[in-house]
Amino acid sequence: MRNLKRQLFAGPYMIWIVGFILLPVVMILYYAFTTSSGSFTVSNVLTITHPIFFRALLFSLKLALVCTLICLVLAYPLAMILNNMKNGSQGFIVFIFILPMWMNFMLRILAWKMLLSNNGIINTILGFFGLPDLHIINTPAAVVLCMVYDFLPFMVLPIYNALARINRDVIEAAKDLGAGNITIFFKIIVPLSMSGVISGIIMVFVPALTSFAVSDLLGGGKVLLIGNIIEQAFTQDYNWNLGAGLSFVLMIFVLVSMTLVNSRDTEGGANVW
Amino acid sequence: MSKKLIDLQHITKSYDGHTILDDLNLYIRENEFLTLLGPSGCGKTTTLRLIGGFESPDNGKIIFDGKNITNLAPNERQLNTVFQRYALFPHMTIAENIAFGLKIKKKSKDYINDKIKYALKLVNLDGFEKRSIDSLSGGQQQRIAIARAIVNEPKVLLLDEPLGALDLKLRQDMQYELIRLKNELGITFIYVTHDQEEALTMSDTIVVMNQGYIQQIGTPEDIYNEPCNAFVADFIGESNIIDGIMLEDKLVKILNVTFPCVDEGFGTNTPVDVVIRPEDVELVAPEQGLLSGEVTSLIFKGVHWEIVVLAGGYEWLVHTTQMHPVGSKVGIRVDPFNIQIMNKPESSDEKAVELDA
Repeated sequence: MRNLKRQLFAGPYMIWIVGFILLPVVMILYYAFTTSSGSFTVSNVLTITHPIFFRALLFSLKLALVCTLICLVLAYPLAMILNNMKNGSQGFIVFIFILPMWMNFMLRILAWKMLLSNNGIINTILGFFGLPDLHIINTPAAVVLCMVYDFLPFMVLPIYNALARINRDVIEAAKDLGAGNITIFFKIIVPLSMSGVISGIIMVFVPALTSFAVSDLLGGGKVLLIGNIIEQAFTQDYNWNLGAGLSFVLMIFVLVSMTLVNSRDTEGGANVW
Repeated sequence: MSKKLIDLQHITKSYDGHTILDDLNLYIRENEFLTLLGPSGCGKTTTLRLIGGFESPDNGKIIFDGKNITNLAPNERQLNTVFQRYALFPHMTIAENIAFGLKIKKKSKDYINDKIKYALKLVNLDGFEKRSIDSLSGGQQQRIAIARAIVNEPKVLLLDEPLGALDLKLRQDMQYELIRLKNELGITFIYVTHDQEEALTMSDTIVVMNQGYIQQIGTPEDIYNEPCNAFVADFIGESNIIDGIMLEDKLVKILNVTFPCVDEGFGTNTPVDVVIRPEDVELVAPEQGLLSGEVTSLIFKGVHWEIVVLAGGYEWLVHTTQMHPVGSKVGIRVDPFNIQIMNKPESSDEKAVELDA
């Protein structure tokens, strides 16, 4: 009887999972492997080998990697600074960091469009000081810049959390055993914060790989990512089978990269020396 | 006596305007097992951290083996610490933990492997090299922490309440093990604890601290039998601390009864604190005692009975192997040798350190 009641509580969640996660995945699989008339085919999935699509996929991977790398390089020192701050000011800085995340995603992208456009605020300011104009709107650089801005908190927070969990005793013990600051950083702090780095990488790399809104608005149609192609397949060409086929390929890439990153995590600890 | 290895001179340390240590002077001899003993907040851990290099004093000098090390970083000092919560590296195996210090010193692989084997044998954990830290119990982790420290052959081992997190039985086993280690390795131990039994069992020298001041330095026997003030008497074991008046040499008046004692040199009619250990109170027939009273409480403690006797308006704590039922009339007698006379605290400083343990 009690069990039944408990299961009842799980009901809404089950409906959610089935309706909004499982069903769409099944539908994507169905469309990916059928033609518009409903017969089985692998041609949708194999379309990825077409040079335009394949190049878009590679380019998406490249941009996502660059974005993740920049986020990591910026986030790690930032997280360390945060972690070394006094408790009171720590909360405030974390708050400042999360603040932009409360704004709508699209609004933030549009704001960057305004800032970066050829007659935009940044160029006005640069012009005021007699500096050369910045022409990065409609280039991959603008896309990466905006993605880094959007995703940076997702890298900082998990790393900061992992660093905050490192016991001060452990660092003192390393010092006590003769380790200098560099040794402590590479042998203790980095390995012990790896779990945060891994979550950060996943949380930045996956949305960066699949994003299309940023490249749409800041790429000016010149930056074609795999996400844009999938979006076009669904919304412009109404070719759901092609869109689903490419989505399937992208899902495979996401899964593979996550598995690769995660396997580094489990090894990470053992190979310190 | 062996030479002074560490000399703390006029050490002062405060945090946020709150003084932790005030003009502390203390030296530690080579091969000594020295215990810093006191209630929490007495400055014992701060003293240890100053020696370890994790804190620097506001004033004063730390001399190690003739050299001033006051401003040296922890990694430049020839001593190692065993931390209260072990502080093992969770991402390394046991062997890697123990090897950490040696690898930093760039020792050869063979040397390191030999040392790991030797250290694990020493702490009775042979064959644990490949195990992970989480697979160990608290006691085992503590042994690894000790092994990790001693492979570096430090001149001094600092131990910060290393047995605090262990259960009673394990704690007692580890106490014997620490004594054995100290004798085998011949290095100096500086041990911090708030557990008086631990201090009495293991130490060559005990330093009793309270509120940033050293109360007494001495051997365990000295500290227990001849506490120099009421705080020490109360902190080290249980005791009856009674107001008394020293009438003349070898005669003290307690609770309006004159007791013979062996202390001299307190002057005449001087107010003093009198310490009598519960095991030194003899219960006799009412008419044979200097004082007589009634048993108000009786608790069986295993080795002895803990009895409270109300006599002369004071509740005497008595440890005895003879049972006296509640309500029975008894007499109290104390051997003159077992009466310990102490001066009353004079300054307000000393008063502050009185009896708040």
